[in-house]
Amino acid sequence: MNFLSIFVLIPLLMLLGLWLARDQKSIRGVMVAGSTCLLILSAVLTVLFLQERAAGNTAEMLFTASFDWITPLHIKYSVGVDGISVAMLLLSSVIVFTGTFVSWYMNKEYFLWFTLLSAGVYGFFISIDMFTMFMFYEVALIPMYLLIGVWGTGPKEYAAMKLTLMLMGGSAFLMCGIFGIFYGAGGQTMDILDIAHQQNGAHLIDIAQQHIWFPLTFAGFGVLGALFPFHTWSPDGHASAPTAVSMLHAGVLMKLGGYGCFRIAMFLMPQGAQDLGWIFLVLTGISVVYGAFSACVQTDLKYINAYSSVSHCGLVLFGILMVNQVAATGAVLQMLSHGLTTALFFALIGMIYGRTHTRDIREMSGLMRIMPFLSVCYVIAGLANLGLPGFSGFIAEMTIFVGSFANADTFHRVLTIAACTSIVVTAVYILRLVGKILYGVSTNEEHLKLDDAHWEERFAVICLIGTIAALGSAPWWVSNMIDSGVAPVVEHITAFAANTNLNPFM
Amino acid sequence: MIELNYILIVSAIMMFAGIFGFLTRRSTLAILLSIELMLNSADINFAVFNRMLYGQSGNTEGFFFTLFSIAITAAESAIAIAIMVNIYRLIKDTSVDKLTKMKW
Amino acid sequence: METQFLYTILILALPFCSFLFLGLFGHKLSHKVAGLIGTTSLGLVFLLSLYTAFEYFFGIGRNVQGIYQALVPYNTTWLPLGNLHFDMGILLDPIAVMMLIVISTVSFMVHIYSFGYMHGERGFQRYYAFLSLFTMSMLGLVVATNIFQMYLFWELVGVSSYLLIGFFYTEKPAIAASKKAFIVTRFADLFFLIGILIYGYYAQTFSFSFVETGSVREFASAAFMLPTALFLMFIGGAGKSAMFPLHIWLPDAMEGPTPVSALIHAATMVVAGVYQVARMFPLWIAYAPDTLHIVAWVGAFTAFYAAAVACAQSDIKRVLAFSTISQIAFMMVALGVCMPLPNGASPELIDHEFGIGYMASMFHLFTHAMFKATLFLCAGCLIHAVHSNEMSAMGGMRKYMPITHWTFLIACLAISGIPPFSGFFSKDEILEASFAYSPVMGWVMTGIAAMTAFYMFRLYYGIFWGTENKEHHAECHPHESPLAMTFPLLFLTAITLVAGFIPFGKIISADGLAYDFLAHFNWALGAKSCFIALISIGLATWIYKGEKQPIADKMQNAAPHLHRWAFKRFYLDEVYQFITHRIIFKYISATIAKFDRKYIDGFFNFLAWGTHELGFQIRGFQSGSIQKYAFIFFLGALALLLVMIL
Repeated sequence: MNFLSIFVLIPLLMLLGLWLARDQKSIRGVMVAGSTCLLILSAVLTVLFLQERAAGNTAEMLFTASFDWITPLHIKYSVGVDGISVAMLLLSSVIVFTGTFVSWYMNKEYFLWFTLLSAGVYGFFISIDMFTMFMFYEVALIPMYLLIGVWGTGPKEYAAMKLTLMLMGGSAFLMCGIFGIFYGAGGQTMDILDIAHQQNGAHLIDIAQQHIWFPLTFAGFGVLGALFPFHTWSPDGHASAPTAVSMLHAGVLMKLGGYGCFRIAMFLMPQGAQDLGWIFLVLTGISVVYGAFSACVQTDLKYINAYSSVSHCGLVLFGILMVNQVAATGAVLQMLSHGLTTALFFALIGMIYGRTHTRDIREMSGLMRIMPFLSVCYVIAGLANLGLPGFSGFIAEMTIFVGSFANADTFHRVLTIAACTSIVVTAVYILRLVGKILYGVSTNEEHLKLDDAHWEERFAVICLIGTIAALGSAPWWVSNMIDSGVAPVVEHITAFAANTNLNPFM
Repeated sequence: MIELNYILIVSAIMMFAGIFGFLTRRSTLAILLSIELMLNSADINFAVFNRMLYGQSGNTEGFFFTLFSIAITAAESAIAIAIMVNIYRLIKDTSVDKLTKMKW
Repeated sequence: METQFLYTILILALPFCSFLFLGLFGHKLSHKVAGLIGTTSLGLVFLLSLYTAFEYFFGIGRNVQGIYQALVPYNTTWLPLGNLHFDMGILLDPIAVMMLIVISTVSFMVHIYSFGYMHGERGFQRYYAFLSLFTMSMLGLVVATNIFQMYLFWELVGVSSYLLIGFFYTEKPAIAASKKAFIVTRFADLFFLIGILIYGYYAQTFSFSFVETGSVREFASAAFMLPTALFLMFIGGAGKSAMFPLHIWLPDAMEGPTPVSALIHAATMVVAGVYQVARMFPLWIAYAPDTLHIVAWVGAFTAFYAAAVACAQSDIKRVLAFSTISQIAFMMVALGVCMPLPNGASPELIDHEFGIGYMASMFHLFTHAMFKATLFLCAGCLIHAVHSNEMSAMGGMRKYMPITHWTFLIACLAISGIPPFSGFFSKDEILEASFAYSPVMGWVMTGIAAMTAFYMFRLYYGIFWGTENKEHHAECHPHESPLAMTFPLLFLTAITLVAGFIPFGKIISADGLAYDFLAHFNWALGAKSCFIALISIGLATWIYKGEKQPIADKMQNAAPHLHRWAFKRFYLDEVYQFITHRIIFKYISATIAKFDRKYIDGFFNFLAWGTHELGFQIRGFQSGSIQKYAFIFFLGALALLLVMIL
């Protein structure tokens, strides 16, 4: 058994522990112990990974292992990690860890589903077999329905239904795409590396087939990555979800989309990506600007953040579609950065909502005097979100922009400049929000009696801010790590020349 | 000897009367009667065709099948009537329109 | 040799540590301790900067040819970006070292001053934390080794300015002003960023100088792209340095505490744009001399516009704010009027005659920082005394506050360009450079210098002479400020008195060679500008000195519209308000948001509704009635029969 599988094993053991747990104390014990183990494990993995790389191991995937699972269908359980997955595992662990503290007062069933979801997330990031990857993807999505539908707020049934149905719609595309890739490559293997490098019976997928399966797969993952126009589940879903679920969903689950787009859609169908990537590039360009402008006029805190996520996740897909090593590294950095920042935002919004019982920014003001800790953290989160140097957003955005600007044609340049404008609009909605709810004097008598954050909330928030700041002030090591993972993929894709006749904008 | 056609006409009339009754009657008892009619018309056809086609060779599968069918029909009627009695006890009615308790 | 400057890292590290410490634990400290921590660290930075300057200018700065060289004591790759890289380091050259002195001096003085000014304010510790953050970022900006590092600290000074303007966060105008300042400068930074991207791509480096490789990035298009990049960077600089039409945030930024205005919005941050252009100056001269004309004329217009508005303002901090805009524009003009050598023999070396503007700009930056900080700190003393920003609440203050009065007067004389105060020398160099560029520019700038003298003395008489608001003064008992506030005034005034005699040309010049400025000094021009300034001052004295001001009222009545327009800053704020709120918010954002909910979301809801409806329709077939099923079965059987028969 490969040690990567422990990432899935721990959540399963946690499930068992939760099932046996009888009181709130032991539930919390199981959750804290489990998520701490996961955090330590991913830290250990990072160290081991960096050591291997430093020792000169240049294999594309490290710590690989493979077991036959369903032999007649060529389905295997294969695991392995590269720089991108290590970064994502680290992100997931941080978010699951802090999410546990944020949902301190939740009951057993909630944590059961929560843990199942994280099992799916970990499984997804360690798999390198398309089928197992898809299976874990579904495992991560389904608990969302219950988590929102049962423990949510507001129109939760509607939101849960909408989110699940749209994501399932995406999965349907995705499944078609995956089987298309499987049979297109010869129907002999589901392993991603085999298909990409045409080993073990896989052959190059026919170009005509790539043109069909690439858009399907990309759109399928794109739904989860909040690609315009499939992003509308995000505002409603996030608005109704309980705090920690929003954190996990925006923080990690939306990254599944970007990761899948890169790892499956683009890596396995390089010609399709080169030829038809422009369609999605335009869509992501729209996402980036559109999300930012939409966020400017929202009045619900969670809606603002959800649209902001649309904008920032758009930047992730934007970066990877540039098919450029620097931009793709930036995109992965942006996944990390957006994951942490949005999780922080949702955590804080949840805490504020838990006190004021409203998320309408018109009904709040002067919170700085009432709950100074939360408000200061909110300002920090806002500044991190608008890309202040010293926080992770800055390095991610700059890497993406520098990378995409290296695509020296008018089409890419115009899109890059359009995407750059989002940094101004982001400042507009963040400052509007901060000015409205935190500054000023409170006009609501009820709010004056509210208390500041409790210890477990403080702990979660400080963990997240610390990670964001650490990433933002010492970016080189994580950037190098991600770069080592991105490089082979981008090289593989750029080995194929784009057919520019298909792009009317070129 | 009576011609085949006459017998077939009788059985056809029985069949269609049965179908008509089955489709239009609301009482479960009447529906059961209609089913009996349809089954009996089929039985007649079995018997008649057996006699017409294999009368000389002593082949009697058609008759056997008719007897078999009658036996099953009897059993089935018994069960059906038992169910109807039970339903009547429950809802004081035997009309199919009222039998919606199990329906989603 | 360069490693001996390694201690300069401390110049950045000390304020950063004090920021972190005060930010994290400040609320547990008393006001006094927090202030002392901030001030001590800044004091050390001040001493270190002085030491650095001494070492650099009089020690090892010059190389064997007598040219001041750029030393890089520390540089490290912070973020690798493919074949580019984002470095962090420290670069010491004459302008960087000069800026270190300016920033640490003014910041140190402001730290001391704030002890008195912010005494007992809520959030005192936070105030000192932000001041430290600002100082750290500004110092980081000036010692940046590459344009990207400059951008990073550029953003940081932006945010510290935002936090300090919004220091009194319970007051609506402060919130609005901080938001406006941040967003306007951020908008300009967008262009800066795009400029950096273009520059990075074509120059293949982010550092301030690059090797022309020619083959690598088809330099033919770079010939167009480099000026574009520089111009975009200039827009970024124009945002920070409040050039027209991006100046609108600066007057509003006066909502912040007055020492902050002195530090950030008069002496240091607002000159970052000038500094940026100066930093890129070798590139401007070598690759984009034509684009420099734009810089010059934008500067000239801004100088005129701001001076005109300053003549009509009544809030003393606003007058000073517009005066700052006008003076920064002078520095921009000075950079813009520099010309490359006409014969173009060696583009790296700029002849003194043509590069004088560069020196003048930096000189004016230095002197302006000192006297404008003095003016703002005086204004702080006055506001402290009368609890109002309005000139109408003052008048006749000379009796109550002698030190403030004298320091204010000296600073006014300096800004008006009266010898022997520092402003005379630096402004005169700018005028000389302008005349060398074109007589039109020269006369325009002279005219604006005269306006400067006029509005400054209007302000001076309005505060210290003029009609005294006796009722108000009886209420608030104006008195001289404590030593913590007067000491910085005296210190900065002392610098203003002597700064003019610093042989600036010897240490800063466009090509690093010593430039003897007395030998080149144009005495006739100096006399002329001095004379014009004196006339303006005389005019202001005539109009505004008396208890009653009949001429001023008459002028106001003669052209009420003009006065109103100038007072309202030519309604530019309203135009911006209209564009942002009416057009961007109402039409673009709201439309997009509505479109999203109504059409995009509507489409998916429609899909869901359609599926539901379809299911509902089909549900009819599954009625559960056996008879219906049988009927359909029967029809089907008949149809099959028919098919089989036919």
